[in-house]
Amino acid sequence: MTDSRSTPKAAASTTGVSRRALLKGTAAVAGAAVGSGAITGFPTIWAQNIKNITLRQFGTGVSNLNAVADKVKEDLGFTLQMTALDSDAVTQRAVTQPKSYDIADIEYWICKKVFPAGVMQPMDVGRIKNFDKIVPIFVTGKLTPDSTIAQGTAPHTVGFVEGKESTTFAKAPTQWMTLIPTIYNADTLGIRPDLIGRPVTSWTDLLDPAFKGKASLLNIPSIGIMDAAMVCEAMGEIKYGDKGNMTKAEIDKTLKIMTDAKKAGQFRAFWKTFDESVNLMASGEVVIQSMWSPAVAAVRAKGIPCVYQPLKEGYRAWGGGLGIARHLSGLELEAAYEYINWYLSGWVGAYLNRQGYYSAVLDTARQHMTADEWAFWMEGQPAKTDILSPEGKLMEKAGAVRDGGSFADRMGRVACWNAVMDEDRYMVRKWNEFIAA
Amino acid sequence: MTDTTASSRPSAAAGPAARRGPALLPRLAPYLQAAPLTVVLVLFLLVPILTIVAVSFWDYDSVRIYPDFVLTNYTELLSSPVTWKTYLSTLKYAALTWAITAVIGFTVAYFLAFHVRSTTWQMVLFLLCTIPFWTSNIIRMISWIPFLGRNGLLNSGLISAGIIDQPLEFLLFSDFSVVLAFVHLYTLFMVVPVFNSMMRIDRALIEAARDGGAGGAQILWNVILPLTKPGIAIGSIFVVTLVMGDFITVRLMSGGQSASIGLMIANEISLLQYPAAAANAVVLLAVVLMMVAAMLRVVDIRKEL
Repeated sequence: MTDSRSTPKAAASTTGVSRRALLKGTAAVAGAAVGSGAITGFPTIWAQNIKNITLRQFGTGVSNLNAVADKVKEDLGFTLQMTALDSDAVTQRAVTQPKSYDIADIEYWICKKVFPAGVMQPMDVGRIKNFDKIVPIFVTGKLTPDSTIAQGTAPHTVGFVEGKESTTFAKAPTQWMTLIPTIYNADTLGIRPDLIGRPVTSWTDLLDPAFKGKASLLNIPSIGIMDAAMVCEAMGEIKYGDKGNMTKAEIDKTLKIMTDAKKAGQFRAFWKTFDESVNLMASGEVVIQSMWSPAVAAVRAKGIPCVYQPLKEGYRAWGGGLGIARHLSGLELEAAYEYINWYLSGWVGAYLNRQGYYSAVLDTARQHMTADEWAFWMEGQPAKTDILSPEGKLMEKAGAVRDGGSFADRMGRVACWNAVMDEDRYMVRKWNEFIAA
Repeated sequence: MTDTTASSRPSAAAGPAARRGPALLPRLAPYLQAAPLTVVLVLFLLVPILTIVAVSFWDYDSVRIYPDFVLTNYTELLSSPVTWKTYLSTLKYAALTWAITAVIGFTVAYFLAFHVRSTTWQMVLFLLCTIPFWTSNIIRMISWIPFLGRNGLLNSGLISAGIIDQPLEFLLFSDFSVVLAFVHLYTLFMVVPVFNSMMRIDRALIEAARDGGAGGAQILWNVILPLTKPGIAIGSIFVVTLVMGDFITVRLMSGGQSASIGLMIANEISLLQYPAAAANAVVLLAVVLMMVAAMLRVVDIRKEL
């Protein structure tokens, strides 16, 4: 174990040294101005040098898109190397191999685990051009001034730290942001309307005996427990203080209900990866399950009806963002800021919106979408023309309406954010007992 | 096993060399000859195992591990009913898989060794057995899923043939599918050593038994089976250790509904709980070693080697 871990580290540090050597040379040319960060935008002095830079980004599969890397090369000139891993592996690598990446593309609940380890540096919001336009969920926690803050690890609670060197999260927005939000969505249950034959309106339907042996839950403890909690709360069995930070008693009660359902044969399977969830649904093994929005799209793409069913208790939301590794400095740090500013400037936002996710800065994304696309994805209106995916494949025919409706309807009804609990270790142990039961 | 042969050989060879004379090189030669293997084993077997044992006493939280000497990993592991349940289900898989592969393996090997007369055909048929091994483990496993599913080939076939009118749910994501996949994956590991043992049986013994008036069943039971025991033991060691350490077959074929020890360890690793995973691995290693030791007590496989 020690062996395998030390090798990548060693490799990473050697490349780091050579790049740093290159940096010193450029710094001499560019002068102190670059280092102090006085220049923003496209400083032409180092426009040539930046071409030699490679930023290594790693994160979960959702936003590690090759199209983004290609566009970065085209628009900004430097190379973006992407690695996609599952969320457990991302957490692990972010903490244990901090030199193996320059940009971490992580979810907010992962950030709660990773940032305190001191492996990342916060970003100066003064250098983020579109900071003012970022959706307020990520700054104040409220979509509109009068909305209530959802439970769980709400992004704004881990979005800021006190100072440049600080690793403790700030209670209110500060100058230093941990992650620049990039992509988020509201998750719910996916269903096969053709095999269910009745309206599904509540999270309790997951445990409806009518779907015995045809339900599934995702087996990623920190997310699965949330779906379980949504179900238990909807059943009226448990009233949670905070679903995202349960007490031991709440964890026990939740998993007791789930274990009983499992023993009664409610679940067909537990899935861990995207493709498993698609196959379970497409093959008809399962008719109702926790699902992610692109998985629903993938089932539909096979011509099989599948609905991302809005439920009356609300959504379980998640969000991700880009963070900068602690070791980044000089020209590379400049490039990282450049990349993040570009990320919020609209092209990627439109790309993500067209996939059914949401982007952090809506105004700029809108400029890169057609009026019809915007109306379909963001306003919940029937599509006037066929809706295409970013790759140009048909996603929805004209006349279709997005499941769950508009941005405000979906993101405004978030009941809970993906979270990491104080009783994390206990929860994981209990979750594993549930899976093994 | 490899370890003991590696260390016993040089000492046996060193004896005569020492008696021959005080010259340094001849005395060192056997050690030098054994050195490469020793170095490889120490570096890639002994050191990692010792690391795992050491880490199993460390402390951890959700992101980091701390060098320490705590027994919590072991107490948490051994006091949890889940551990016992998981060991029980893993042992159940191992026992079922072992029994089925032993019967199938013995039958196939018996057919190859005693019914197929020409050596050419024996080799052709034997190679035929290995064909499934040309594709990856995981692909062979996953291909069962569309076959056994609720709307899979088997169920729709049975329904359209009018044999059943409701799809059989137990076929997939159940203990049945797990054991089926194990048997499919590991039977060859039983066939090969048993076949090898059978080929070494002196045919004169069988003739003698027949001359002595023994029937077919008696020959099988009193002559062939005892002489095949070392092969069965080797095959059993393969099958049992493979099943005990497995995690992916159980996860995929049970649809994540059942647990195995390997799956428990994989879960702990993915949650950064290295010390807990290490403790689990140490316990698993001890259990498997005990099982192998027990098998070796019953059958002396040295006779085979």
